[in-house]
Amino acid sequence: MKKEYSQEVLDEIGARFPNASVKIHAPRRTYISVPREDVYEFAKFLFKEKDCRLSIATGIDKRDGMEILYHFSHDPSGTYYSIKTLIPKDDLQIKSLSDFLPAANWIEREIHELLGIDFAGHPNLVPLLTAETWPGDLHPLRRDYADEHKELRLDKTKEDR
Amino acid sequence: MKRIVPIGPYHPLQEEPEFFKLIVEGEKVVDLEINIGYNHRGHEFVAQKLTYDKITFLVERICGICSDSHPYAYVLAVEDLAHVTPPPRAQYIRTIIGELERIHSHYLWVGLAGHFIGYNTVWMWVWRYREPLLDIFELIMGNRNHYAINKIGGARRDILPEHYGKIEKYLDLLEEKNTMFTKAVLDDPVIRARLEGVGILSKEDAVAYGVLGPTARGSGYAIDARKDDPYDAYDKVDWDLIAFDEGDVLAKAKVRLLECFESIKIVRQCLRNMPDGPIETRVDEIPPGEGIGRHEAPRGEVFHYVRSDGSNMPVRHKIRAPSFMNIPSNVVAVRGYSIADAALVLAAVDPCYCCTERTAVFENGKKKLSGNDLLKLSWQKTEGLRRRYRR
Repeated sequence: MKKEYSQEVLDEIGARFPNASVKIHAPRRTYISVPREDVYEFAKFLFKEKDCRLSIATGIDKRDGMEILYHFSHDPSGTYYSIKTLIPKDDLQIKSLSDFLPAANWIEREIHELLGIDFAGHPNLVPLLTAETWPGDLHPLRRDYADEHKELRLDKTKEDR
Repeated sequence: MKRIVPIGPYHPLQEEPEFFKLIVEGEKVVDLEINIGYNHRGHEFVAQKLTYDKITFLVERICGICSDSHPYAYVLAVEDLAHVTPPPRAQYIRTIIGELERIHSHYLWVGLAGHFIGYNTVWMWVWRYREPLLDIFELIMGNRNHYAINKIGGARRDILPEHYGKIEKYLDLLEEKNTMFTKAVLDDPVIRARLEGVGILSKEDAVAYGVLGPTARGSGYAIDARKDDPYDAYDKVDWDLIAFDEGDVLAKAKVRLLECFESIKIVRQCLRNMPDGPIETRVDEIPPGEGIGRHEAPRGEVFHYVRSDGSNMPVRHKIRAPSFMNIPSNVVAVRGYSIADAALVLAAVDPCYCCTERTAVFENGKKKLSGNDLLKLSWQKTEGLRRRYRR
């Protein structure tokens, strides 16, 4: 019964979002790669029509861009649909989901400060976790952050000597 | 005239300090601003620098109260990633510890909620019967907290047959006492008057904010990772999902108290049907890929996402604790109630509410209300109700 529901959703995804590619990792774990432009509509489709709940989003700094995963949970079938999208590093922005989904508010703020991705249309994109005095252009979860940090420390030791 | 009542930002007893800025008009709360991040420890960043087996111990330190839930969700995520199934005995052991932890965490909340409304008897009572449970944890795992029972591919410690009797004996005591608490708490007209119809979170708001656990189940949003996406032994035992439609603080309290009975049921069945055999499967290599682990912690679903590139350290490890989704819903739940009720409503989602002690009301830079005053306000309201009911 649970499996059937999943199949039904996957068929509908294939029909409505031809650009989406679906990967089924395990019976209740589905990953769907979607181009950046379609993420907003796709999330709306899952939330409004398929009664999925936004569990959380994950931001990943990859070599070829920043990846965002929106993890949606469909509770009646216990399935996780994770929407994956890749954002090029020279244009780090994506449309915010928080206008129809209050649950996205905090996590988008978190990804914004930790990875430096702009969420267009977010009502209050201020830092959530970092201190008020933290420089806004320093994003601690980026790959190059650790290197920058090391340089700073090396400079300091030189001066101390 | 609008005034601001700041609650927080930090309390040393709490592992997740938060700052609530209540905007009030007279006694009525008109809005709420929430600020977190006072104790951000960068676990996700640190996890990328550790090997898979060390992360289990790292994530165990995220939360002191539900210290089993993060490693549980983490090992489930890695097992999902590597397509590993732990042996049946390990599954039962992990389920038992998860459920015992739920009881002790819910009891902690019931005790604190009692303290906040001025029922210190409830607080003392409940914590009196929580104590033997911590002794059982010490007996099985050598620690009252931070049990370190989870391991990728199984459990780290076995529950010895000579311990079964002690656990069963405690469950009998607990069942009797929990019946007493439930009756005492739900039949008391003053407690009812304080909790009923206060801090209502509608089902629509619950869905929109994506709340989890007892907060969702108290609002008629019946989600539970143990039922929806059963893992380990949860689909091999018989238990009921507790949910109420009212959405007020009373409904959340009822969910927590009645869930303890379900936990007792689950642990009893697990102990009786415990299979023999090994308690772990060896996992030598983590393949490239990604995995999601979800465990229903006492406060709601804990979510872990792990991505691997085939090396011995994850590329990315995302951690989502249930309070991250539950706390923003306070904004709608607290609106329109009095300051005396705010103490309780903010506590109802079960973040540690001890922040009250750091509260102060400022007007033109002058201190007006301290944390203890807020607690007193709440107590006074209960006292007033008590007097009214006595007549």
